[in-house]
Amino acid sequence: MPNREIDIAYRVKYLSILDQEGQIDQELDPHLPGELLLKFYRAMVLARRFDERMLILQRQGKIGTFAPIKGQEAQIGAAAALLPEDWIVPSFREAPVELWRGKPMERMLLYYSGYSEGGRIQEGLNMLPVSVPVGSQMTHAVGIALGMQYRDQKSVAATFFGDGATSQGDFHEALNFASVYRLPVIFLCQNNHWAISLPRSRQTNSATLAQKAIAYDMPGVQVDGNDVLAVYCAVKEAAKRCRAGDGPTLIEMVTYRLSMHTTADDPKKYRTEQEVAEWEKRDPITRFEKYLTERQILGEGQIRATAEEIKTQIASAESRWQEIMAKGIDPLDMFDHAYAELTPSLLDQKEIVARELEEKK
Amino acid sequence: MAKMNMVQALNLALRQEMEKDDRVILLGEDIGVDGGVFRVTDGLLDTFGPKRVLDTPLAESAIAGCSIGMAVYGLRPVAEIQFSGFSYYAFHQMEAHASRMRPRSQGRYTVPMVLRAPYGGGVRALEHHSESREIYWAHTPGLKMVIPSTPRLARALLVSAIRDPDPVVFYEPKAVYRAFREEVPEEEETFPIGKSRVARPGGDITLISYGASLMPTLEAATELSEKDGVECEVIDLLSLSPLDDQLFVESVKKTGRAVVVHEAHATYGAGAEVIARIVEKALLYLEAPVSRATGFDIVIPLYQREKDYLPGVPRILKAVRQTLAF
Repeated sequence: MPNREIDIAYRVKYLSILDQEGQIDQELDPHLPGELLLKFYRAMVLARRFDERMLILQRQGKIGTFAPIKGQEAQIGAAAALLPEDWIVPSFREAPVELWRGKPMERMLLYYSGYSEGGRIQEGLNMLPVSVPVGSQMTHAVGIALGMQYRDQKSVAATFFGDGATSQGDFHEALNFASVYRLPVIFLCQNNHWAISLPRSRQTNSATLAQKAIAYDMPGVQVDGNDVLAVYCAVKEAAKRCRAGDGPTLIEMVTYRLSMHTTADDPKKYRTEQEVAEWEKRDPITRFEKYLTERQILGEGQIRATAEEIKTQIASAESRWQEIMAKGIDPLDMFDHAYAELTPSLLDQKEIVARELEEKK
Repeated sequence: MAKMNMVQALNLALRQEMEKDDRVILLGEDIGVDGGVFRVTDGLLDTFGPKRVLDTPLAESAIAGCSIGMAVYGLRPVAEIQFSGFSYYAFHQMEAHASRMRPRSQGRYTVPMVLRAPYGGGVRALEHHSESREIYWAHTPGLKMVIPSTPRLARALLVSAIRDPDPVVFYEPKAVYRAFREEVPEEEETFPIGKSRVARPGGDITLISYGASLMPTLEAATELSEKDGVECEVIDLLSLSPLDDQLFVESVKKTGRAVVVHEAHATYGAGAEVIARIVEKALLYLEAPVSRATGFDIVIPLYQREKDYLPGVPRILKAVRQTLAF
């Protein structure tokens, strides 16, 4: 019959394991070893403290613009659910993930203090550098996954992006390609509710971002993005599907950007303090600390010790950063990575800079 | 040696590189079963299978973006954009990422990919199928931009592009695709990216061109030789980025006169850069202002007026004669 309905069954799963009061859902508890839980805790606190420190440094004029991550620390659960051979393709609000993966803090400070050298990724670390144009990095993860599939590797390419990115064409192209080729990609949407000044409600008319997976016939999962256990479990499950050859998954992590979009932005212009206060109650670290304390995995003494340790860790990274800068970075290095080999006219241009520097002396 | 047109020569390059190197993967719209709308990839799906010849969904940005990911992962993707007029969807990926991955990661990641696309007028096509906007790419640091002019050079340059450690945008002059045949050796042949060549030696005036425009330029040179007794030295640029200025600067020092010929719009076109280099490096050798025979600064018209838009033999002859008479 010409006028009928095509029945497409679809559900968006929602996952929350540890609620904002720090109460765990007994049935969903993944029963992770205490040691791993402590690692999560430490990574989230480190990310928070480093973010706070960066903000101070930015306000003092010691580093330039950066995108604070405060409130989104549970993203480390995603990185923790992956293996070292898996690839991570970040956007620009994944400092916690970068730290988890072992990017040195001094290099991040170097990057945000305006030195390209800070963008270097050490050998053996399967992670792309920060990508600024919103949503544009997602197809790189798809290409990496095509490579994995071609080489019969059972690994995973995970890419991060925000709620704003779901409006970009590249988001849809990436999901479509990944689904058509059944690729091992995990699309990790950090729905932090604000794309600079545009609220999530005006970014898209869809009830969830996860449901955008429906069009591409892949699982779409919404998780409490401030619940590190839910994030971990959802990504673990998606990675399992990837490794089994069952294709991509879209995961919407519902979280909140407690701080500004970047240090150049004043959120008071577009959102109420009351809204921020509501989300502060759902802080990913507070609830996790409460849970660990109640379960006696973490004690008062250990909280203080961890705080001290992290303080020292950040301070020593800062000294290393200062040392690198004190040693001086040759401006001529800006030509070094233009091409594998410098062209004749780039050699001429490099020479112009060399002479200008000589004359400045 | 077999006589081949440019389509067959490009096909040979792809086939041989795929046989030689399992990192070489082709992707694009209609390149597999259909063999590409111009048949450049004809038969390659049958030989290499769907894992190495990917018929992709219709999305140029994703074709470029996936190529970047594949290249970072260690493959050598060769992406086809069906017409250069649709490559601007991919431009963002090439500009924002392919060209920058090396400096952004300080050399840890490189993007050895090729983005192939037919360009230019001359095939009575629809709107968006006849542009010559190579300068967008040549203006972008981190990319290389290559345009062959003959079957043999197309084959050699494509092999070099595939082996290049950096991203290469490879424009194919579709007016030349089936225009003529040339001996193309079966054995491996490369041509260095960043080098131009003398397509016809001469001592009276230097004509600088590339791609599809080389054909009318050479025709004009023949006519000038036969009718005016003027010997033109014709330089075929081949690479717009990196631009080899040495050869044409030396030629201009010898002839003292030059005309630049290209289909692309005059303003800020390749001719502008070529003339700037001549001024910088050979000003005192000039006997006349350097002139241009190019497309105009308007959107290329539909094909009934294309001939009046493109720099054909009469426009080139006029520019050369005026330069000689100065």
